[in-house]
Amino acid sequence: MSKKTAIYDEHIKLGAKIVEFAGFLMPIQYKDGIFSEVKRVRQTVGLFDVSHMGEVVIKGKDALAFINYITINDVSQLDEYQVQYSAMCYEDGAIVDDLLVYRLPDRYLLVVNASNTDKDSEWILKNKAGEVEISNISDSITQLSVQGPVAEKVVQKLTDNELSNMQFYWSTETKVSGIESILSRTGYTGEDGFEMYAKYKDGLKLWNDILNAGEEFDIEPVGLGARDLLRLEMKYCLYGNDINKSTTPLEAGLSWITKLDKENFIGKEALLKQKEEGIKRRLVCFEMVEKGMPRHHYEILKDGKKIGFVTSGNFSPSVNKFIGLGYIDVPFHKSGTDILVDIRGEKKEAVVVKPPFYKNASHK
Amino acid sequence: MNVPDNLRYTKDHEWVRVEGEFAFEGLTDYAQSQLADIVTFELKPVGSKFKKDEIFGSVEAVKAVVDLYMAVGGEIVEVNEKIMNTPDVVNKDPYGDGWIIKVKMNNADEYNELITPEDYKKLIEEQS
Repeated sequence: MSKKTAIYDEHIKLGAKIVEFAGFLMPIQYKDGIFSEVKRVRQTVGLFDVSHMGEVVIKGKDALAFINYITINDVSQLDEYQVQYSAMCYEDGAIVDDLLVYRLPDRYLLVVNASNTDKDSEWILKNKAGEVEISNISDSITQLSVQGPVAEKVVQKLTDNELSNMQFYWSTETKVSGIESILSRTGYTGEDGFEMYAKYKDGLKLWNDILNAGEEFDIEPVGLGARDLLRLEMKYCLYGNDINKSTTPLEAGLSWITKLDKENFIGKEALLKQKEEGIKRRLVCFEMVEKGMPRHHYEILKDGKKIGFVTSGNFSPSVNKFIGLGYIDVPFHKSGTDILVDIRGEKKEAVVVKPPFYKNASHK
Repeated sequence: MNVPDNLRYTKDHEWVRVEGEFAFEGLTDYAQSQLADIVTFELKPVGSKFKKDEIFGSVEAVKAVVDLYMAVGGEIVEVNEKIMNTPDVVNKDPYGDGWIIKVKMNNADEYNELITPEDYKKLIEEQS
């Protein structure tokens, strides 16, 4: 049976098109369509229900050492209330999931992909070491995300916290519209924005209060379809498309979160070896020169040979081009390289470009 | 889902409206909703002749790309320039400004064999 978020009935009232995603009935879009929703987030502000995301809390005396062992970024670098983008890897260096790590005063919060919540929980439990307490609290949490250049103005109306002092990838525990929340300056759109985690029972009130507070700024709900496009325009990876259990963070352009010089962590040896031997393929951005929609799994060619494959693709309303991500064999990964994408049997011209596709995003 | 009573339908979610010897063809509200935002149409040029059920083009949208089939046989006498420039008109007004092609019919009987609004409603209920 599919799960419903606390906002489900409201999505229906708002005219959302609902799809099942990772076991949840989620709004993929509302009335105006995906491209309009993308434009709204780029220009003003949108509200997302992302309660399908998974939350795992880890506490105990050895929590820091344990999380540092199961993730690839360096958790010891985090100050209280700082947030970190990271990933968990298997022993072979391939990716279990990408995630956010929140360091809170008495615990760590790991925010994981909805489609991976169960798998991740099992993986974390399986590798449990030292004195730690692990709890998957996903079903008790509503996560909402306010994204766009004027997001701060909307959220500021609902909290006493001075948000202009909150840096990107920092968080706090505070009341948002009187509701106890973890509030962070984070997002998956490239725009300035805030994500908040509240109790499921408070979720609907929080949603409605944000929409009311944002009315003067033209806020509207935004669905998962637009979220996918917004992240693609920034080259933010989507697990299941751009990264998965057969890709490594080094191939995916995530070496900036792969701290190979930190103490032992799962996957370290394999990743060191891959780095030494040289990375043979890279996740790159490309733009279509000829019109055509690149889609997941389509082949990428050069001089009649297959050199890679598409992992994500769409039409970008922000740059008005067909864009995609894909793994391409070295040395064809370099920006400026002309490539062909096999779109339903027709080979269409494309070119490798530097990330991100959309260069005017407002994130702090 | 909007299914106007004055049109006929196909199993591929196209609608047809007849005006004299001409037929207008487009995508149904259900089809546009399943495709999500439409990005581009590729259509065979005016003057092309097809039999019923032959492919006359394709539509590319965020969710999928699908072929377009002739609901009735005949000659394409007009393609809707508006949808070539602003394809989202098909999302907004699939039965009006979002029509796709105008066809000079070979055989008007083919129209009468198309799916009735009542049966089309049943079809999309079964599929959704």
